[in-house]
Amino acid sequence: MIETIRSQFPILSRHVHGDKPLVYLDSAATTQKPQAVLDAMARFYMTSNANAHRGGHALGAEATALYEAARRSVAGFLNAGSDEVVFTHGATESMNLLSASIERTYGAALQGRCVVISEMEHHANIVPWQVLCQRTGAVLKVIRVCDDGSLDMEHAHELIDETCAIVSIVHMSNVLGTVNEVATLCSWARQVNAISIVDGCQYVVHHHVNVQDIDCDAYVFGGHKLYGPFGIGVLYGRSEFLGMLEPYQTGGAMIDKVTFAKTTYAEPPIRFEAGTPNIEGAIGLGAAITWLTSNDRRAIAAHETLVADLIVDALASNDRVRILGGDHARNGIISIVVDGIHAHDIGTLLDEQGVAVRTGHHCAMPLMQRFGIQAALRASVAAYTTQEDAMRFLDAFHRSCRMLS
Amino acid sequence: MTIAETIEELAGMLAALPDWEDRYTEIIAMSRSLAPYPEEHRTEQFKVKGCQSQVWLHPRLENGVLWFDTDSDAVIVKGLAALLMKIYSGRSPVEIVACNIDVAERLSLQQHLSTNRANGLASMIKQIRLYALAYSLMKP
Repeated sequence: MIETIRSQFPILSRHVHGDKPLVYLDSAATTQKPQAVLDAMARFYMTSNANAHRGGHALGAEATALYEAARRSVAGFLNAGSDEVVFTHGATESMNLLSASIERTYGAALQGRCVVISEMEHHANIVPWQVLCQRTGAVLKVIRVCDDGSLDMEHAHELIDETCAIVSIVHMSNVLGTVNEVATLCSWARQVNAISIVDGCQYVVHHHVNVQDIDCDAYVFGGHKLYGPFGIGVLYGRSEFLGMLEPYQTGGAMIDKVTFAKTTYAEPPIRFEAGTPNIEGAIGLGAAITWLTSNDRRAIAAHETLVADLIVDALASNDRVRILGGDHARNGIISIVVDGIHAHDIGTLLDEQGVAVRTGHHCAMPLMQRFGIQAALRASVAAYTTQEDAMRFLDAFHRSCRMLS
Repeated sequence: MTIAETIEELAGMLAALPDWEDRYTEIIAMSRSLAPYPEEHRTEQFKVKGCQSQVWLHPRLENGVLWFDTDSDAVIVKGLAALLMKIYSGRSPVEIVACNIDVAERLSLQQHLSTNRANGLASMIKQIRLYALAYSLMKP
């Protein structure tokens, strides 16, 4: 199965630094794109390119139909309604939209209220809330992460109290691989009438998501980590929630009626899509979802775990190696710290051997501080990652460590 | 040797090491040749901005000669810094300012460094040249 999947990714057969076959283990930063996605985007430009929701002509109608079909694909993927799916430029914009629109809607009422996030959040789920707090007088509260990489649920329950206005938590950590009990967190949020938001960027890549089961007010992810193109993201918002929110950006498309005296806005999701949308991106994302769901996702997840296990088990016997998320890394995101060796040094030597990993703070500086480190090396797997990739990574990793010791 | 001659010599030495493994082994070895960095200068003021890893660069002008202390928490970066010390440390500020050779390009480092790493190297060279410029403008 994996060889069939892999053969659909043209880039994976290339070489780097001359003759080194590419070993791509940076899928948590962005996944490679299958041929089906590349074809869908090229086909749009070759056959149907026009602006959506505007042109009263054949191409305009086709572009609109393709764009809205992509929205339905996303809705089906999440078990949501089409009117609950907003296209954005990425997960970061989805979070900024939420932060800005919530501030515009509730404003001064947020003063003294709490926004609860966790220590394992990506900067995109930290900074927008810091800004909201600065502007409204709300207070940011942070759920602790335990030494084993799991979320301290007792602490979470303590923080999600009557003063809490917003809970925004990552579904799967981009550093630790930890999968959080978001349905529980969202139910606690609901009990205190707080808005519940889930950052699903990493989780959607590996597992089926049903927003009805999670019962969150909002769920966000980006397209490029989900085998889709750059520049497209999703904000799912429960219809009653989106319906209450003030717009984020304003301008074309998102209006109902404009006069110089007053403007009324369109209903969601268009209310939140000012200007010409990324039509090509939405079509590419729709194609990525169609491609992904045409495969056996459970089998892919099992395979990804198998590959991650290979790496985690091989490194477990090495005293100098620490895996930040412990066993959570087996979910496919393996962040490694080597005693006495800087992650950047290993990353540089891995690159020379054709192995692509991410090194640095992974846009999670507070989490790095939590674990008392400056940087980590992250190997991450996707559907197309093979056991051979894992073995070649381990070889190159050990060779790099020897050179640096 | 002039700066230009030193750069040529280093370029020749690196070119004689065509294999990536030999080249990095040499750069890693160079990192160990650096004198210990003075702890009192391990401060924000002497950090080089624009590097992914932490790099410190501290200038000392002694009898018209500019010396640098340098360090990094990453060994390869520290090795590259050591390489730059061979080129720039112990020169007059005027000589450093006058030299316009693209060091990264001449040493063929660009093709072996990621963009981030190349930017880091460029930041180090820029900082060295800025210190040299500042000292060259000081009244004797």
